[in-house]
This record gives sequence, C-alpha cells and structure tokens, in this order.
Amino acid sequence: MEDYKWNIIETIKMINEEKLDIRTITMGISLLDCIDSDGEKAREKIYHKITHYAKDLVKIGDEIAGEYGIPIINKRISVTPIAMIAGASDDKDYVAYAKTLDAAAKAVGVNFIGGFSALVQKGFTKGDRILIDSIPEALTVTERVCSSVNVGSTRSGINMNAVKRMGEIIKETAYLTRDNSSIGCAKLVVFANAVEDNPFMAGAFHGAGEEDIVINVGVSGPGVVNSALRGLENATFDEISEAIKKSAFKITRAGQLVANEAAKRLNVPFGIVDLSLAPTPEIGDSVARIIESMGIDICGGYGTTAALALLNDAVKKGGIMASSHVGGLSGAFIPVSEDEGMIAAVKAGALNLEKLEAMTCVCSVGLDMIAIPGDVSASVISGMIADEAAIGVINHKTTAVRIIPVHGKDVGEMVSFGGLLGYAPIMRVNQTDNTAFVARGGRIPAPVHSFKN
Amino acid sequence: MKTIITVIGQDKVGIIANVSAVLAEERINISDISQTILQDYFTMIMVTQLPNEGYDISVLQKKLNALGEQMGLEIRVQHEAIFDAMHRI
Repeated sequence: MEDYKWNIIETIKMINEEKLDIRTITMGISLLDCIDSDGEKAREKIYHKITHYAKDLVKIGDEIAGEYGIPIINKRISVTPIAMIAGASDDKDYVAYAKTLDAAAKAVGVNFIGGFSALVQKGFTKGDRILIDSIPEALTVTERVCSSVNVGSTRSGINMNAVKRMGEIIKETAYLTRDNSSIGCAKLVVFANAVEDNPFMAGAFHGAGEEDIVINVGVSGPGVVNSALRGLENATFDEISEAIKKSAFKITRAGQLVANEAAKRLNVPFGIVDLSLAPTPEIGDSVARIIESMGIDICGGYGTTAALALLNDAVKKGGIMASSHVGGLSGAFIPVSEDEGMIAAVKAGALNLEKLEAMTCVCSVGLDMIAIPGDVSASVISGMIADEAAIGVINHKTTAVRIIPVHGKDVGEMVSFGGLLGYAPIMRVNQTDNTAFVARGGRIPAPVHSFKN
Repeated sequence: MKTIITVIGQDKVGIIANVSAVLAEERINISDISQTILQDYFTMIMVTQLPNEGYDISVLQKKLNALGEQMGLEIRVQHEAIFDAMHRI
C-alpha cells in the first residue's frame, strides 16, 4: 500500500488501541468586565457571560470529535481568578460566586470550571483572603468548580503565610467533604509559578493578561508514546528520544488541528496547545508504564527520574514544532490516582512520596492526586507545599500540590474518587513535627537568578 | 471535502457492495479504494468526496455505523484533515 494509507492505519490504531485523544478543549473567559461593587450584580454578569460564550462549546466539541474521529474527552471553562473579581464587592465570603460558576458550568454542560482562584505569591489583598477562606465550603457545596492558589513564583519568592494557610484549608476541605472521600481536595491545587493559560483541571484559570475569550487545548497520548517504545527493546536513549519526539509531534498536530477548528467554529481566538502527556486510570494510558518500558521494572526504582526527564524533554521537542503556540504546563503529568501504572507502583512499594517529589523536579507538575492519611497535620501539609514551591521557584518551573488527606483513612487503604480522578492507595507520609518552621510566616525571598533585568 | 472511510473486521462477501450502496444513496463519489489483510483483519480504505460543503457527515456516519453493526465490522468516517495534520509537515 502507499504511504498515506499506512498513515491512515497508524492514526486509527493510535485512537483505537493506544487511546489517543484530545484531553480537553478549555474555553478561557475573562470576567474582568463583570466586576461590580454589588456582588449580586457581579454574579449575574458572570453567569450571563459564561453561558453566552460557552453555550455551544460542548456541541461543537462533540461535532469536531465526530468529524475527525478523535475523541475529545473534556470540554471545560477557565475564568479570571475570582479573588480579582469579587474583591471589588463588599461580600464577606465568596461561596456564592462558586455557586454561580457551578450553575453556569451545569447550564452549558461542561464537567469542570476552573478559576475559583487567588494569586498570592507576594501577598494577600482583601479579596484573596476572603477567597481562600471560602475554599473549603465552596468546594463542598459545588460539584464542578475547581480552585487554585498560587503561593510562590521565581520573581517574588514564596509567600509562607499563604503556605501555612493552605495547609489548613486543605485539611478543612478534606473534613467538610469527608462523606465523599474528601474529594474537595481533588479540586484544589496549590501552585508555584502558576501559568495563565493552562487548560487542565483542577489548576486552570484565565490569567489577567489573556484575551477576553480564548480556546486552549490539552492533548494526551501516553499510550501512543508507550507503544512507540515497545518495539525498541535494545535501543539506546538517543533512539528512544527520537521515537518519543515523533509520537509527540503527531499527537500535537492532532491537538493543533482540533484547536484551530474549535476556535474557528466558536469564533474565538486560538490560544495555545498544552503538550502535556496526561494519563488516565485506564489500562494503556499510563505515564508510569512508559518509564517501565525504558527498562525499569517498576516505576519508582532508581533511574525513574532520569527516564522521566528524558520523556518530558522529548515530548516538548517533538511537540513544539507541531504547534503554532505552545503553552500551559506542557510536560508529563504524574498524578498517582489518575495513572494505573503509578497506582500499581505504589501498591508494590516501589514508589513513595520522596521519589515522587524528586520526579517533580524534572516534569510538570507536582505532587498530584496523592491520597494521604486523614490525620496528617496541617503543618506537615504546609511543609510539603513549601518544599514543592521551593523546587518550582528555584528551578523556574511550575510545581503544584494536590494532595488529599482522606478523612478516616490510613496507610494502605484504598480510596476511589470516581471517573477520571481515579483511585489510589493511601501513601505513607513523613510526619516529623515541623510546626515551628511553618509558623514563622513571612516570605522566602526570590532567588538570585530571578534578577535578570 | 475529502473523507476517509475505513472498514476493519473479518473478510466476508459483500463488504464493498454494501458500503458502496450507502455511498451511492448519499451521492458520495469514491475516488480511491484499496484493501489488504493486516494482522488477520480485512482492512479497506476508501477516499471519498462529499457531495457539497454543507453536507452533514454525521448522516453518513449513522448509516455506516448501522451497516457496520449489521455486518460485524468497524466502519469509520473521518475528515481527511486529521491524517494530513498528523503525518505531513
């Protein structure tokens, strides 16, 4: 057969057997023009704007998926950090804003809406404080709202007051959603160096520097990359890297096509394609299994960090040429509960939190979807956040913590979050007392290499 | 608009005849057709031209899906652009 026919068969195989999909089309919507000193009015404008611009998002996403024969798993919305919007009002808590976002998400049929967020890397405004205090209840009374807080950046250092507070907020959220496996925490990300155009949940928000409305697309495809490595048992790392680049190129081109098409049909500018390799709990869609394909028996064994570094870098090199604008997080994700291979590695005892922390030095995004015992203290969680933030701030990269202290559960037990959020064994945490460290407060100054001007 | 139709499954009598009949009903022209046995499976690829720009591809998809179910075959209808995007620079 001629070449192009083999190409057709290859694409169909990627979609059919290797689970190639477009993970998300995310519409970013600025809410800056919804600001009002009257909270009620602001929320009315927010609801109206979201449901106006996103009313066809799901329909058009499904249409494109149908025509091109490539699944588009999620259709989502990100909005301007609500702390910036709600801060203008006299409201004393912002739960009502979360409810408005939830209602708008349900009205247009998207499964998540991100942006119940605050950016406090240097300090708090009044709106930031109120928003952060509202997070536990907001994530309890809503279903689809996702929240994120940026506590550090390479330019401004780490806001340790925010780090301390977020440990407490995570604990409170876990407690309030205790009847539901503490699932509120699965919708809450604590960032350092958060990006303004991330299409992936739970950390998506629409930055203040973005256009009014924009379409961002997140691709996926761990299965495709893994399958490309399967035929390379005796290959050198040079050859492995080349194979990953080629796969990433193809995956990203599919993402770019869908992004262009979605932007055109929704009459909204295209923003970026996010090159992240995002796993799911399904067999054959795992980042851990790619690492294992390189010759490590179980993900977490020595060599894992190097394998992940190679993978992350090759995915970017392959993807960058395939897209006109790359953005978002763009790297391999290592969420434990959302990756079948990671779950197995934890169960086998090969993968622990310390190794995961090391892995976050070389990939996006951080300690992600990790279930820990419900009795881990707020200050230990703050310590984890501080360590991750330090990795991000010093290494000029995004890092994040999305951990779930599952109320009433202990090491070794399993917890299920349902759907794409997956399931996970509760992992052991080093619970050495660090209260005096976390209680200091203040800011860790920006690193010397941030002064580039 | 060019559309690629792929049929994968057990080889049997009437695959091309039945698929072509649906295409004729929809006034869709076949510009190329090829078939091969790949890992024991019959694989047919058809390049077709939709009748006009406004043609709703989902109509054809529904008809061919029904035929696929009836004959125990996987039949896909996809816009050509996805293959071009992924395999051509």
